[in-house]
Amino acid sequence: MDEPLLSVEDLHTYFHTAPAVAKSVDGVSFTVAPGETLGIVGESGCGKSVTALSILRLIQPPGRIERGSRIMFEGKDLVTVDDATMRDIRGNRISMIFQEPMSALNPVFSVGDQVAEVARIHGRGSRQDAWNRAVEMLALTGIPDPEERAKQYPHQLSGGMRQRVLIAMALIMSPALVIADEPTTALDVTIQAQILELLVDLQKKFGTSILMITHDLGVIAETASRVVVMYCGEVVEEADVTTLFAAAHHPYTEGLMHAMPQLGEPRARLNVIPGSVPPPTDWPTGCRFRERCPYAWELCEEEHPPLYQISQAHTSRCHLAIEPERRAHPHPPLVEQLGVPA
Amino acid sequence: MIAEPSHAIPSRGTIARRLLANRSAVAAIALLLVIVILCAAAPLFAPYDPIAQPDIIRGKDLPPSALHPFGTDGYSRDVLSRVLYGGRLSLSVALVATLVSITLGTAYGAVAGYAGGIVESVMMRILDALLSIPRLLVLIAIFATWNDLHAKAFVIIVGLTGWYSLSRIVRGEVLAIKGEEFVMSARALGAGRTRILLRHILPNVLTPIIVAAALGVGHVILLEAGLSYLGVGLQPPTPSWGNIIQDVSATQVATVWWLAFFPGMAIILTVMAFNVLGDALREALEPRGMRT
Amino acid sequence: MARYLLGRLLQVAVVVVLVATITFFLIHLAPGDPFAEAVANPDVTEKVRAHWREAYGLDRPLPEQYVKYVASIARGDLGWSFSAQRPVADELRDKLPNTMFLMALALLGSFAVGIGAAVLQVMKPGSLTDRVIGGLSLFLFSLPEFWLALMMIFLAYRFPIFHIPIGGMIDSTAHSSLGLGGRIADVARHAVLPVATLTLILSAVVARYQRAALLDVLPAEYVKTARAKGVPERTIVRHHALRNALLPTISLFGLAFPALLTGAVYVEKVFSWPGMGQVIINSIGSRDYPLLMASVIVGSIVVALGSLLADLLYMVADPRLAYDR
Repeated sequence: MDEPLLSVEDLHTYFHTAPAVAKSVDGVSFTVAPGETLGIVGESGCGKSVTALSILRLIQPPGRIERGSRIMFEGKDLVTVDDATMRDIRGNRISMIFQEPMSALNPVFSVGDQVAEVARIHGRGSRQDAWNRAVEMLALTGIPDPEERAKQYPHQLSGGMRQRVLIAMALIMSPALVIADEPTTALDVTIQAQILELLVDLQKKFGTSILMITHDLGVIAETASRVVVMYCGEVVEEADVTTLFAAAHHPYTEGLMHAMPQLGEPRARLNVIPGSVPPPTDWPTGCRFRERCPYAWELCEEEHPPLYQISQAHTSRCHLAIEPERRAHPHPPLVEQLGVPA
Repeated sequence: MIAEPSHAIPSRGTIARRLLANRSAVAAIALLLVIVILCAAAPLFAPYDPIAQPDIIRGKDLPPSALHPFGTDGYSRDVLSRVLYGGRLSLSVALVATLVSITLGTAYGAVAGYAGGIVESVMMRILDALLSIPRLLVLIAIFATWNDLHAKAFVIIVGLTGWYSLSRIVRGEVLAIKGEEFVMSARALGAGRTRILLRHILPNVLTPIIVAAALGVGHVILLEAGLSYLGVGLQPPTPSWGNIIQDVSATQVATVWWLAFFPGMAIILTVMAFNVLGDALREALEPRGMRT
Repeated sequence: MARYLLGRLLQVAVVVVLVATITFFLIHLAPGDPFAEAVANPDVTEKVRAHWREAYGLDRPLPEQYVKYVASIARGDLGWSFSAQRPVADELRDKLPNTMFLMALALLGSFAVGIGAAVLQVMKPGSLTDRVIGGLSLFLFSLPEFWLALMMIFLAYRFPIFHIPIGGMIDSTAHSSLGLGGRIADVARHAVLPVATLTLILSAVVARYQRAALLDVLPAEYVKTARAKGVPERTIVRHHALRNALLPTISLFGLAFPALLTGAVYVEKVFSWPGMGQVIINSIGSRDYPLLMASVIVGSIVVALGSLLADLLYMVADPRLAYDR
């Protein structure tokens, strides 16, 4: 593999609130290669969005990136670079697409203005150049009649159109990396597919890497080449997308797969992982998934599992790697034994 | 999934804890206690009679000294004693007038919000008109024509002109709560209108009422001071914080500054304390971020 | 839009009639009927007395007097001021611009100062700057206007650095001999203290309001987007957040008019500024009721038009409203 574009090493992002410290991201490492799409998947509360915001250093107090964390990007450690350098990177070398296109756009400025602003901050050209580039970019994202649309305000556009505006904003400086945080969750199903297609198209055109953050394995299947599964602030499994779908190792990943609606199956049979993500102020000891896991045994309570190497480029944070025969004997997980409602 | 009522009010214990955790709120409460005690027990603390004029020739306009910490006025009266006694009047006027306002405001707003329909829109139109009347000008007109008003009448009239904005807030809250499930279920169980209004809705609109009360007292203190300064408020010789300063003209203030300065500081400290308390109460009752 | 404007103007008219009604009945129902008292005033000439009797129908029953009164106001006839010895309308026409002058300067000044202070505070909430400005605005917010005015005079006396005049609007001895530039400078010097007093008081209100509005806006998603675009923090507060947080402040603009008018009454009394406030104070003293009633009515017109202006500004400023209408 080439030199990675982005390398997140042992990232810890904690929120220091009054009664307890929320360890939202607790030792996460992964890399993104140039031009590839890495998916990060997990339930809400697993720390995937905080990871994304940490990369751009957009964590607001009381949140803090802890010492010892490193985020290497184009030869710089984003954890320690000064604010001016960081601002230079934001929107220019790394950009971000947010989940809710209505609230991510400022209601009092025209959309063209908001796209052009990125070019104004990072480019050298005149105001008019920036505006022209914004209109060009809006056209590239498939917005019809871009000259007119650029002058309109967010509330005058449809949801899909707004998301195209955010994509135009993210790509106008042709950044090396785009972080897409649940870019389609707020959209209608039919629009979702169009937006994903557009992202993949533009990625090819610009050679951008994408960090695709989602709770939806369907989105991963459509866009990503490699996948990182996160749970309780940790990476629990990492593999390329085919391996993951064919042979998921971690019981959590397995659970996510079962929870995916399958074509041809009635919706009623949708399996949900029992229990819910524990609060980040109070991660369980040992394996953090054990209370919801159908295979958990004593070892899982005693020892926090390391990332086991399953095969070349496939790792999993599960003790099943050393006692694989236990997979044949599932049992009701602890949360169900205790009668905790799902 | 347990549906939490969106207007759940924190328990009394929670409110008290949040208030006590707020250092400026504690300071404000302490300051108010000191001021209220000093003024309420003015006969104990005041060194002199606030009205008698002991020595109109040699005792007038004396600067602050050990004998007269706040100096004396043009009638040789001790300013400290007048400030303490004046606080009695100013504070009680403000408290009672505010009580009148919040009672009226809550009643009007609750009725309008609960009644709905044409009744509500007529009531709100009237309110719009009342809200755009400049309060001070009308009060000046009232008090200038009905001169020699008793303090009781003053209190009631000030209270009668100060309830509009609160009733608008209360009506909004009542509208929001009216649709909540716990009100619906009370109605389904056969509770009558009055019972629903008193038992279920009013406790939930306490937040804006309490905040409005705290801020309202400060506002009325300022209003009383202003009207009395203009000579159309509480009449001397009984001192109020406003009418102590009444006699200080622009040309006098350079020489007898203490006559304006000390009563003014009493007003400011009290009003500041009420404002801090009002802000802190709002925070404690509905912290930022929980507000919708 | 036109419909809306018409509705609002109608509302203004209703308020004015309401205020006129309230003041009319207040004065006529007051103990001892101040109007009768005014008629008996020896300063009033027989000619004026006859004019009153005819204009207000003083010998007629109260409801009839009321109708006559409202009708004459509607015609623009505000009555005769015996303290000024001229028609009330003339007196107000002279004095109203002086008050508007104070109000306009204080309005501009206080919104500039108040919004600027709030932006400074919000750059770093909880910082020393934030707390110092916050404390100062709480102090200014809690003090009586007339007291601040008196203290201004005290300071101007004790520290006569610029020889700022402490009363009146013009230097009565020198003014007429000055050229145009000199006259403007003369008025400007006299306006320093009244305008400063009003500005300080109102800017505290604006700063407190604007700070809260900014803090409400800062956690918004679009602020996060702006940060992700690489927009510097200063620009985020001044441009992205402020533009949104200014919308509620525009409604404050409407509320500023009653506050300014109230402040003007006190400030004009203390600084002897010849404006509406001064007229009101004098008419109380001389029991000049036609003048007092008219002043209150004109004051409420100013306030009502101020809130109408704020509504119109709001529609221009918010693109969501501008396009929907």
